[in-house]
Amino acid sequence: MDVYLPIANLSVNGLVIVGLGMLTGLLSGMFGVGGGFLTTPLMIFYGIPPTVAAASAASQVTGASVSGAFAHSRRGGVDFQMGGVLVAGGILGTGIGALLFNLLERLGQIDTVINILYVVLLGSIGALMARESIQTLRAERSGMPLPARKRRHHPLVANLPMRWRFYRSGLYISPLAPLLLGMATGILTMLMGIGGGFVLVPAMLYILGMSANVVVGTSLFQILFVTMATTMMHAMTTKAVDIVLASLLLVGSVTGAQIGAQFAQKASPVKLRLLLAVVVLLVAGRMAIGLGFRPDDIYTVAPL
Amino acid sequence: MRAALALLLLLLLGAARDPILVPEVSQHEVLLRQGFTGTELLLFGAVLSPEGTRAAQDYDIIVVLKGPTQSIVVREKQKVAGIWINVDSAELRSAPSYYAIASTRPIAQIVDDKTAAIYELGLKWLQLSPIGSIDAAEQSRFAAGLVSLQTGNGLYRQEEGAVKVSEQVLYQARIGLPSRVPIGSYTAETFAISKGRVVASASSTVEVRKIGVERAIASFADQYGVFYGLLAVVISVGMGWIAGRLFALV
Repeated sequence: MDVYLPIANLSVNGLVIVGLGMLTGLLSGMFGVGGGFLTTPLMIFYGIPPTVAAASAASQVTGASVSGAFAHSRRGGVDFQMGGVLVAGGILGTGIGALLFNLLERLGQIDTVINILYVVLLGSIGALMARESIQTLRAERSGMPLPARKRRHHPLVANLPMRWRFYRSGLYISPLAPLLLGMATGILTMLMGIGGGFVLVPAMLYILGMSANVVVGTSLFQILFVTMATTMMHAMTTKAVDIVLASLLLVGSVTGAQIGAQFAQKASPVKLRLLLAVVVLLVAGRMAIGLGFRPDDIYTVAPL
Repeated sequence: MRAALALLLLLLLGAARDPILVPEVSQHEVLLRQGFTGTELLLFGAVLSPEGTRAAQDYDIIVVLKGPTQSIVVREKQKVAGIWINVDSAELRSAPSYYAIASTRPIAQIVDDKTAAIYELGLKWLQLSPIGSIDAAEQSRFAAGLVSLQTGNGLYRQEEGAVKVSEQVLYQARIGLPSRVPIGSYTAETFAISKGRVVASASSTVEVRKIGVERAIASFADQYGVFYGLLAVVISVGMGWIAGRLFALV
């Protein structure tokens, strides 16, 4: 099934794109992440221009996180106050990201920066997740439970001025901390076409010290709004959102997300996390290879 | 007066010795729409002697299909601290977005370098007009890089021997356009060459454009970014929500 993409200006096999969306949708349903970290690089490997890939992946993440965010909010799993602060930071971040995107594009370094960000972020977070889940699995085997982690926020967070009470998160901290965190993920969303869930969730747990039962819901809430802002920002600045490409991805990912969510209820969360860590590390490894080896074409062309 | 007459006579005589070229293109419009996966243009025509009869002489034919020129920057990657990053770049003011050339024989056997450079016959002779001062060696390095990149994308082609001439009259060449062909006004030029000299040339145009939904989407995205973005957001939220409701029923 050949489909002509009007913004990317090339024709692709529509079924491949739907399948790609399905794959990332499965991941997002299973792990509660947006799956953008997989969509964008896969689309680039497939031959879609990087800017169009990043811009269109954001709307796919929106679609994949909608039903999750609804489900969590019905269960009371969203701290709207915390989410609001994160979203405000995220929208600021997309603005900053747009400026950075533009600057890096003019310098000709956007692709390199995106690749390095992928390798560093995915590599470190994947390694952390893998280590943690292997430790937990070992502990389960030996029957010796791990010492319960004390839930508390990072000392740096405590030093920030002005404190708010976030009841659902069980926190009394400065709103600047989630604002900055939201901003960082907003920048990443704009640059990398990812939702930022896999950065946000560990940061909420270990830096902010939020209570675990609102972490996933609140992160989905933030991702939902920040990816919407990113789509808008791309539509207005880079004009690289390909609505046909995004729709194809969405068809696959929204169905994949539902199937993944049902699968997740049956599987053990620790094994799921280990699996996610492996996938994340594979993508990081592929990106690292791309940086280190001589590319097929050392020349690239951009309009002036 | 006499001198002018003599000149006119000379011109007429000169013109009289040149063959007549009647070129045609199989389609003057290439429409990009759903299902477009690239196409092939047939550039054909006739070469006749001045009297309008068969040429009775072998002319070499070269056809060139050229897309609109654009200003581009070509970047070159080098290995720095273990990774490949863009280090050097050159700005070119008039790079064709598409360029295909086909000829009856290898171009080097048909014309000398000077003629090839004047008429831009061949990927080696593209006039790219670099901006700023860069030396000749650097310029040819970037030109070669651009050519190899665009050849890989299917946007630059040089097919020597692809023009077929039958009975010394009819010539034809097929030129492929990939699905990523840029939109704009293309010129199709035909050259008849004898003894290393261009004796006749003619050109016509081909329009490549988007139509239908594809055109509507592209211009909507370009002119009404805000509304286009809103539409994309509505589609993504809507589809996510609908899928959630549908699966809740299952």
